[in-house]
Amino acid sequence: MGKLFAVVVVVIAIASAVPIVMHTWAPPVDISTHGHAIDEQLKDTMVEAGISFLGAQLVLAFFVWQVAGRKDGPIKTFPGGARVMVIAAILLVGTEILALGVLGQKAWADVYFTPAKPDALQVQAQAGQFAFYFRYPGVDGKFGALHPDKIDEGNSNFFGLDPEHDMDSRDDVVTGELAIPVNREVHLLMHAKDVGHSFYVRELRIQQDFVPGLDLSVHFTATQTGRYEIVCTQLCGLGHYNMRAYLSVLSPDDFDKWMKEKAAQ
Amino acid sequence: MSIKQTSMVAALLMACPALMFGAGTVKGKVTFTGTPVKQKPIDMSKEPSCAKQYPTPPTTQTIVTGEGDTLENVVVYISAGAPDETTAPTQAVTFEQKGCRYMPHVLAMRVNQELKVVNSDQTSHNIHPLAKVNREWNKSQPPGTPPLSEKFDKEEFISVKCNVHPWMRGYFAVLKTSHYDVSKDNGSFALPNLPPGKYTLTAWHEDYGTQTADVMIAGSETKNVNFAFKAKAF
Repeated sequence: MGKLFAVVVVVIAIASAVPIVMHTWAPPVDISTHGHAIDEQLKDTMVEAGISFLGAQLVLAFFVWQVAGRKDGPIKTFPGGARVMVIAAILLVGTEILALGVLGQKAWADVYFTPAKPDALQVQAQAGQFAFYFRYPGVDGKFGALHPDKIDEGNSNFFGLDPEHDMDSRDDVVTGELAIPVNREVHLLMHAKDVGHSFYVRELRIQQDFVPGLDLSVHFTATQTGRYEIVCTQLCGLGHYNMRAYLSVLSPDDFDKWMKEKAAQ
Repeated sequence: MSIKQTSMVAALLMACPALMFGAGTVKGKVTFTGTPVKQKPIDMSKEPSCAKQYPTPPTTQTIVTGEGDTLENVVVYISAGAPDETTAPTQAVTFEQKGCRYMPHVLAMRVNQELKVVNSDQTSHNIHPLAKVNREWNKSQPPGTPPLSEKFDKEEFISVKCNVHPWMRGYFAVLKTSHYDVSKDNGSFALPNLPPGKYTLTAWHEDYGTQTADVMIAGSETKNVNFAFKAKAF
């Protein structure tokens, strides 16, 4: 029975490693300038965790096989006892996590610790139950002030603009889809209208929470035109499953055309 | 004429004083002056089953105008002069969720009248009338579920929203009188069967507010009353 268990452990370990080694489930195409660093990091993590996992399972199976069916005397203990074993494990796992952190800090810093370029396209993203809305500053390049008491969703005033008194807000363009030009950096200014939400585009390798009361931002550059799905990945209530929007990455000409069209509405 | 028939006719006459003294009608048109704010197209791309029902995106329905500067969706009703009517009609009114919009945009009903809420869409809705005088409630309705049945027991104009689709907006006008109408796409309304008397007519619009007019009905006559709202630029 013990030997059968050892065999099962080996079979399960190898069977779970096969689709990963064979790249059976490839990640979605990467359309961002920073995404390759994140993919590299994920690959390193998979390799490191995979080797540790396989090693641990094989060692487990080996010892189970060795002692299976034995009834004589106590099994040998770890040299130095339990304390040494725990310290050794902490050192091993600690080194592994530290190494991943050191290797990954550049990928993280490029996205989070580096400010967006001054000429990046500014877009404001608002998350609310259960839709995303986006705002562009219009030709004046200035966002109008927000007045939460003016929010009137039945009238498409999702942000609470006051065009009657605020000149800056008159040319602001509010849309339900996020259109951006290809190969130009986008600085996405994020705020939540009600509860926590998240902005996730798989192809952009961006996932950032919206936190009520905090002005957060991310910046990224898309390198391929196309239409991609933006989904909320932070459980935000009843309609969470259906909270999504679309990202259109357009050529600069198409983007200008789209912007003119939206501004005219 | 048998006693039974005579008593039935008598009961009918007592029930409808209008028939005895002749019934008047108030008719008219609702218009606006000035330039109303442009209605914006609604982006429904997050709900493809609804978006595909429209060849071009539908617009918001706050201000719906017709030819000749007429104004649709204005509730015109007798706000004073007629007795409160406590017995609700047995027939229900229907409010439909279709193409991720409310049909009709403005629904008038009587206090305690049955309201049926229908979901004709392939997506879940969560209807939420923002009642302040009546009890506030919200109800989820997945596709294919039977109509919801509700009623309101106090007079109130209630804004209705969907908790799932932020752009959806409608209004309930819960009235104590049976003399009401909602202006059509040519701005017209008609309140028939008015017994003689002095009445105050109120016209209510979701954005432009209310206007009133006094009208005197002497017999079986038709009075013309028009309302003109001042359009807001923003």
